[in-house]
Amino acid sequence: MKILVAMRQVPERDAALTIAAGAGWIEDSALSYSTNEPDAYALEEALRLKDSLAPAAGEVIALTAGPERAASVLRDALARGADRALHIVTQSGPPQHDPLPLAHLLAAAVRAESPDLILTGLQSDDLGLGQTGVILAELLGIPHTTLGLHVETVASGIRVKRELEDGWFQHVEMALPALVTIQSGGNQLRYATLMGIKKARTKELREMDAAELTASAPAQSIELVRVFLPEKQRQTHMLTGTSAEIAMRLVDVLRNEVRVL
Amino acid sequence: MSGVLVVLEHRASAEGTATLPRITLEALAAGLHLAKELSLTCSAALIGNGLKDALASPAFVSLGTAQLAQIYAVEHELLAQYTADGYALALQHLIKKLAPSFVVFPHTYQVRDYAPAVAARFQQSLISDTIAIRIEDGAPIFVRQLFQGRLNADYRATVHTQTSGPTFVSIQAGAFRADSLDAASAPTQPAQIESFTPELVPAQIRTIPDLPFREASRCVDLTAAPVIVAAGRGIGEQSNLPLIQSLADALGAELAASRPICDAGWLPMERQVGSSGQTVAPKLYLAVGISGAIQHLVGMKGSKTVIAINRDPSAPIFEVADYGVTADLFEIVPALTEAILTTKAQ
Repeated sequence: MKILVAMRQVPERDAALTIAAGAGWIEDSALSYSTNEPDAYALEEALRLKDSLAPAAGEVIALTAGPERAASVLRDALARGADRALHIVTQSGPPQHDPLPLAHLLAAAVRAESPDLILTGLQSDDLGLGQTGVILAELLGIPHTTLGLHVETVASGIRVKRELEDGWFQHVEMALPALVTIQSGGNQLRYATLMGIKKARTKELREMDAAELTASAPAQSIELVRVFLPEKQRQTHMLTGTSAEIAMRLVDVLRNEVRVL
Repeated sequence: MSGVLVVLEHRASAEGTATLPRITLEALAAGLHLAKELSLTCSAALIGNGLKDALASPAFVSLGTAQLAQIYAVEHELLAQYTADGYALALQHLIKKLAPSFVVFPHTYQVRDYAPAVAARFQQSLISDTIAIRIEDGAPIFVRQLFQGRLNADYRATVHTQTSGPTFVSIQAGAFRADSLDAASAPTQPAQIESFTPELVPAQIRTIPDLPFREASRCVDLTAAPVIVAAGRGIGEQSNLPLIQSLADALGAELAASRPICDAGWLPMERQVGSSGQTVAPKLYLAVGISGAIQHLVGMKGSKTVIAINRDPSAPIFEVADYGVTADLFEIVPALTEAILTTKAQ
């Protein structure tokens, strides 16, 4: 079973965000990056599926589209247990703000691999459009489901436990090839071992030129005009001072305003 | 039609009647707002099977006052249970027939599952999870959140989309006011209902869904707690939880958490607050180390008083906080616990 995991590199969660001049995007020269969290869970689910199969019966391929720096996402995936990796190298600069051309790019690379199963995170931590996986399935003409927590193989293909709203869940079955977007929390992420990191250096990480893959890319359908800071919904009193001073002020608030003491 | 088409999501009851969840009414309010600003007509679509009883429900009858040009009942036996394939095909056929300029959805889990596929068939992306709409130079700008709510962004359809259309948009829960529907000007005649039967064959439905289920019933009812102390990713490690538990104990509060804490297995899922957990509105919500991703905020922003302790002054939790502290939680939490205990002992 060939499992392909589409992953994305995003700015680190705690990274300080500064709006760039012209407000078209953020200052990205000094940002540090990490793997989009739901994609890390997608990789973990792929590795678990492979572990559940007979030895050598499964292969996990990590795929990303991004500038040179995005290779670190793939190296991390290889260290955690992916067998090989594909990097669609795009120009540096702001990310593509429209998931449609991105999905076309990924589809071009995926077609050459014809995997049995594609897993990807349900959304990105940066843009949060939550569509790349669904559009990719659409472009490949394969069935999909979203918000998957757990994927198991069955005689007819796969059976996916997916999350619904308000604490409800659902099982969905479909034949392969198929695509599942993964919600975080369905499994526990493994760490890269020292041995894994060592082995990763010998694994294949193939680069592909985005410009050569995108001959048939569609026109951009939506565009980001500007970014700005959200307006506050409440007036926040910021409390400063020593820990003891802040604690006393909070106790005063708890006793005299909130009246819970 | 070149108007606005709002795709309604209803909840059917066992008796065949139906209700419209708040998020659907909010999407309808957004669609009506967009139509009014652009002087377009607004219609709505409902997808399912045997919708006659649903459309006779009070929730739909009262929509007659909402100035909808038309309600399309998209019906087929293959639409009795939701599948992404069935819904995407049905809606694709309807959109092809009506050629609307805008298609507006509530941003639900179901919409996230199939709407991007529909949009892609029209060479479009969905402008998803929109929180506001305004008109600039005659064209709408859609405001979305980036970086889990730490930044906002103006999105718009490109010139390509404006000419080839439609523009697909989904609306975040709570972004528009559902009660503005009642305030619409004098009731016109009830909306016309038109039945639409898409061409579907069983082979087109490639997924087999089971019925939804719930896991073991919840033992912790956070919604009843007057005081909640909630922990987030900022606590760093599971071994730091007792620190937060002590604060909760001192306040006589329930301990809750944001999604990452429950994902990591540090606390059971039943203590999760947010869109995939419980929605709470206590007298006091004390958030420790919670940055405030939108999925968390929707579960707690109705709290009467919010106190947030987080090192990052730009964390979105401060947008909904009445009191904020950016000091190190490992210093402030023990100090606060001690001060509370001292005060109570007096």
